[in-house]
Amino acid sequence: MDRSGWMLAGLVALLAALSALWMLQGLGAGNRGFVLGLRAGKLAALVIVGAAVAVATVLFQTVAANRVLTPSIMGFDALYVLIQTTLVASFGTAAYAGLPAGGKFLSEVAVMTALACLLFGTLLARGGRDVPRMILTGVILGVMFRAMAGFLGRIMDPSEFAVVQSVSFASFNRVNADLLPIAAAVTALAVGLALRMAPRLDVLALGRDAAVSLGLRHQALVLAALALVSALVAVSTALVGPVAFFGLIVAGLAHALARTARHRVLLPAAALIAACLLVGGQWLFERQLGQAATLSVVVEFAGGLFFLYLLLKGRIR
Amino acid sequence: MRLVPALSMALAALMLASLTVGAANVDLRGIFRDPQAMLVLLESRLPRTLAVTLTGAALSVAGVLIQVLVRNRFVGPDTSGTAEGAALGLLAITILAPTSALWLRMGAAALGAMATTALFVTVIRRLPPREVMLVPIAGLVLSGVLGAVVTFIGWQTDLMQYVGAWLYSGEFSGVIAGRYELLWIAGLAAGLAWLAADRFVILALGQQVATGLGLSTAAVMRLGLLVVSVVTAMVVTTVGMIPFVGLVVPNLVSRIMGDNLRASLPVVALAGALLVLACDLIGRLAIHPYELPAGLILGVLGAGLFLWLLHKRPSHG
Amino acid sequence: MIQIEGVSHHIGTAQILRDISTSLPEGRLTALIGPNGAGKSTLLRLIGRLEPLQAGRITVDEHDVARCPTGCLARVMAILGQQTAIASRLRLSELVGFGRWPHHQGRPSADDHARVAEALDAFALTPLAGRFLDEVSGGQAQRAHIAMAFAQDTPWLLLDEPLNNLDMSHARALMVRLRGLVADGGRSVAMVVHEINYAAAWADHVVAMKDGRIFATGAPAEVLTEEVLSALYDASIRVGQHHGRPLVLHHA
Repeated sequence: MDRSGWMLAGLVALLAALSALWMLQGLGAGNRGFVLGLRAGKLAALVIVGAAVAVATVLFQTVAANRVLTPSIMGFDALYVLIQTTLVASFGTAAYAGLPAGGKFLSEVAVMTALACLLFGTLLARGGRDVPRMILTGVILGVMFRAMAGFLGRIMDPSEFAVVQSVSFASFNRVNADLLPIAAAVTALAVGLALRMAPRLDVLALGRDAAVSLGLRHQALVLAALALVSALVAVSTALVGPVAFFGLIVAGLAHALARTARHRVLLPAAALIAACLLVGGQWLFERQLGQAATLSVVVEFAGGLFFLYLLLKGRIR
Repeated sequence: MRLVPALSMALAALMLASLTVGAANVDLRGIFRDPQAMLVLLESRLPRTLAVTLTGAALSVAGVLIQVLVRNRFVGPDTSGTAEGAALGLLAITILAPTSALWLRMGAAALGAMATTALFVTVIRRLPPREVMLVPIAGLVLSGVLGAVVTFIGWQTDLMQYVGAWLYSGEFSGVIAGRYELLWIAGLAAGLAWLAADRFVILALGQQVATGLGLSTAAVMRLGLLVVSVVTAMVVTTVGMIPFVGLVVPNLVSRIMGDNLRASLPVVALAGALLVLACDLIGRLAIHPYELPAGLILGVLGAGLFLWLLHKRPSHG
Repeated sequence: MIQIEGVSHHIGTAQILRDISTSLPEGRLTALIGPNGAGKSTLLRLIGRLEPLQAGRITVDEHDVARCPTGCLARVMAILGQQTAIASRLRLSELVGFGRWPHHQGRPSADDHARVAEALDAFALTPLAGRFLDEVSGGQAQRAHIAMAFAQDTPWLLLDEPLNNLDMSHARALMVRLRGLVADGGRSVAMVVHEINYAAAWADHVVAMKDGRIFATGAPAEVLTEEVLSALYDASIRVGQHHGRPLVLHHA
């Protein structure tokens, strides 16, 4: 096995150990089945979210040829929230709530994928030479989507004060359990497709000119990657809410640890690192520190500082 | 320039409209015969109209100043950590001395705002001036990081409701006589900026020119910081942050009449008041008799305007 | 042969190219020259399908650039745009290795590895092969990019200002290498050059452009004359002779 193989094996072992710790630590005598079931659900959610955020971020950074971006910074999760709100608004709250969770989620993913490809495909195609302007546009689009979602929410239910707030930050505690099976399926499919695209993604990472010169169907690949990113962002946002900067840390760690630009290594490495961080972090905060709500804030805070650091170091290009 | 009279007329008309529109309609013609209507007018409508006007004018002027301070057009008091700083100051005083007097709370808010704005300005001044788009991105992320801190503290101390009202709501429906007068301080601070308009113009030309002309840049920068912080702190505490006004209005005015602040600051103030008042009116009429927060409408409208500015602006700007 | 027929191009409201028709001969080293903003790079990028064709038709060895699948074109021509920063951390050997991608699509053979080694050697990069791109100088990175295009092993090589960042000796070495490709390897090269004496010394064919139009074409001795160059650059330019080739004098 080469260096990358050992590293991935090590990460798998670490994740297994953390999962075992998560599942078994402090397990009392009574009601084992119930507690285990509860813990397993949460573990699955953390792993799925980790994989989704990590793979989405690495893919997006490759497409944008930029290492300080995450899909959330560019407004992907805000777009998802907006789509969700719009669907509720157009079908009516009661009617929409009555639909099966899986079907709803899949249709949201479909709309999201189409819109994101249209919007961000154009943005990336136009903004290639002026990266900061492109980022700023994405950030502001995110602000706008969020405000629009709040706007729609208010129109639907004028007495509802918390519409804007509830979508403003993430929580790893309130996981939507109904969605777990379908979310797992979508994530597995998207990650599998991303791994299949890995050799082409390696070429894409060389930048548009080089990729086209090497005969890559650039536009098609960018759209395919953006579609995967959209689906993965929809998964993580639906499960835990918007996580803007977590992906940045994960992708940065993956690049540093893997020391290669090959996506066949990078993608699984990032996914495993993210899952380890989330499972380990949630274990630490929930079981050891008794601060279940803290992890998302700590993660976002650290990620935001990391972003500022990259920015001020001039690593934006 | 005939801009000032035209804008003044428009503002006067909107203010009149603002006096009559709301959950209860007030007929201005019969006002002296109807004590009930008089009460609504004096206790609610007039204060609200004044509050909106003052907020719009003061925030726009603060926007001009922060743009001068960091020599970048794409920032505003809402995207430079200022509002979050004010909220941080308020949180601190609320936790440490829950029963403190109003002026003390205002002082804390202004101090917090000043500290974070100074941090932002210091950081930005270390960036190479050519990186035009990095500045707003850094500001947005700094706001985000500080916002995460505020949210976290608010959550831990059960003060989330206040935090929401300071940072996310931006609405005027709660304004009645006796609860908005602090905004006059914001208005006064903005007026102070006008007295020093020439100094700010010179400051905007850069350190070298300013020194060459014998201007003490440090003093002018302190004045600018003071005005921006006081305005933002007052707005945050009384009505909550209104997004994009301080960012968009200075840009629009500058496109039309340039950057001679002595001539343009009054126009900036008028235009800002007009914009916020228009949004507040839309908010009152859109789902009458319910209300939409003006901040939400500006979140959508302002973001759209900003994106337009970002992409239409000639590159030499 | 590269055939260009009636090509126009605009970006926004600015007209970059105006109804250009010309051809670049096979088995020759062609230099595109002209003042800033003449449209040289745009023309090269259109040939290399880095920009979509708006009007007109371009064929490279009978392959229509607008119609032919991009994967097929990648085995006919390699184009090197102006230095682009690469976001991922790559070793020089890996970057040059990507030049073989059109041939193996991610599964390199022994032959591919051999050609990569050859390309690294040809541009004196073998000692640097294990270094990361962001650990080498601008000129070394530029050479690595050229080596990648070289490793692509295509009949046509299109280079947009390849001499940027190169010192005098590496610039000359590159020109010698390209000359050899054309003379011995039977390949064809088209390049945008700013330093006109490189065109004078090494090119077989010169295309001079100005304001989005073809200003003059032909052998260096025909195009690089005092009248043509003075009109092309709107400045009085003197041309001398050195070893039977034109030598443009800036300091006259």
